[in-house]
Amino acid sequence: MIRHLLSGADPDLATATQILDTAAEMATVAGREVKKLPALRGRTVVNLFYEDSTRTRISFEAAAKRLSADVINFSAKGSSVTKGESLKDTALTLQAMGADAVVVRHPASGAPHRLANWVDGSVVNAGDGTHEHPTQALLDAYTMRSRLGRLAGLHVAIVGDVLHSRVARSNVLLLSTLGAKVTLVGPPTLIPMDISAALAPGTAVSYDLDAVLPDVDVVMMLRVQRERMNDSYFPSAREYSRRFGLDGPRMRRLPEHAIVMHPGPMNRGMEITPEVADSPRSTIVEQVANGVSVRMAVLYLLLGGNNL
Amino acid sequence: MACPPAAPASPQRQPSVKVILASADVQRVVDRIAHQILEKTQGAADTVLLGIPTRGAPLAKRLAARISTFEDVDVPVGVLDITLYRDDLRRHATRAIGPTQLPPGGIDGKRVVLVDDVLFSGRTVRAALDALNDVGRPASVQLAVLVDRGHRQLPIRADYVGKNIPTSLAESVKVTLAETDGADEVKLFGGAP
Repeated sequence: MIRHLLSGADPDLATATQILDTAAEMATVAGREVKKLPALRGRTVVNLFYEDSTRTRISFEAAAKRLSADVINFSAKGSSVTKGESLKDTALTLQAMGADAVVVRHPASGAPHRLANWVDGSVVNAGDGTHEHPTQALLDAYTMRSRLGRLAGLHVAIVGDVLHSRVARSNVLLLSTLGAKVTLVGPPTLIPMDISAALAPGTAVSYDLDAVLPDVDVVMMLRVQRERMNDSYFPSAREYSRRFGLDGPRMRRLPEHAIVMHPGPMNRGMEITPEVADSPRSTIVEQVANGVSVRMAVLYLLLGGNNL
Repeated sequence: MACPPAAPASPQRQPSVKVILASADVQRVVDRIAHQILEKTQGAADTVLLGIPTRGAPLAKRLAARISTFEDVDVPVGVLDITLYRDDLRRHATRAIGPTQLPPGGIDGKRVVLVDDVLFSGRTVRAALDALNDVGRPASVQLAVLVDRGHRQLPIRADYVGKNIPTSLAESVKVTLAETDGADEVKLFGGAP
């Protein structure tokens, strides 16, 4: 088993399959009377969040607690970080307190990789800058597998702001390991050049959502990051929405079995209309529930044995 | 705990292998346990068989099949994975967890018979009792094993024993079943020839 989970490319096919299978077993715990397993009793998991997050932090916290680990939540606001403490010094402090795993979210791409060199425990990347978010990719893969029954051979369209999306990057890497075909869709300004060569050969790029829709099993809508809207990546929100937003008529062009995913938080009316978001094809709420099971599986596989 | 530490190899002596139960014997032993369960549980009323993976699971299925042949009662069968409850979890590399499948009626208020292949230290059974605690509240819990090889480290005993095999700690007992290994057999490895 791997020691850290920093990238969607870290798990090979066998490990990724093991994580998804373990997550399926972890999911059964949610239906039990006692929603707790003793697997990580006496282990300490630190949630180190330098960026705001609701679902990811709560999801990791719930996952660690269901496995009986002790959870310490650390957010940059209200800590010594505001006094100027560096990531390394914070890491060494956590290390001295005996953290077995550090779940880190950081605005700087690559911060979890640096952290992994400084601490003895496992490091789990919970989102770093515009780089990667591997547990989101795992929970997306889990959701696809549980809805569609398989991953190999699936055609997945990832639509929107690929340039700034860590979710897209991790998904491309993991899905290519799992044998799915990915097409990235968005305005040319929001899809990096050479992305398929840089990430996973075989990844297709399209600038026309309507042409891609009839041929996909999964369409994953990315959040348009409103804070970047002034950077003239596209002329106006309305134009973006008309060309790349998923509305009712577009959804009906999808094959019968196709599902609609969104990592959240959504901008309803922007990249996705409420009609689509609340339709039975949408897996958005399921993704959140699956997030806990997948993160339980990751924490168990990283910390459960003596492989520290 | 089917696999105790390997016997210290002495260079002169080949480790001996002795077949304790052959295929037909295993079948007879399973039949006898099935009869004993029927006898001790007044016809297997309100009884659930839970197999402990790996080989307890097919054994539980066989027992249920034999019980339904003998008395025409359907005993619910399930699987109880105990991986996350083991006391040696963090002494080994991370173990893959298996499925836990409870019968549709659940186990609350039932008489649960845990089924495993070999009873050795008793630690697996302790873990199973802990796991049971988290999935429900049975009225009572019993234990059925194919082989009891002794050397208990915990105050645990079986209610139904297929075969008592006195062993030394240097020996190891290996159960194979048709469902998991292709053939039914109980072998004793190591020790004096």
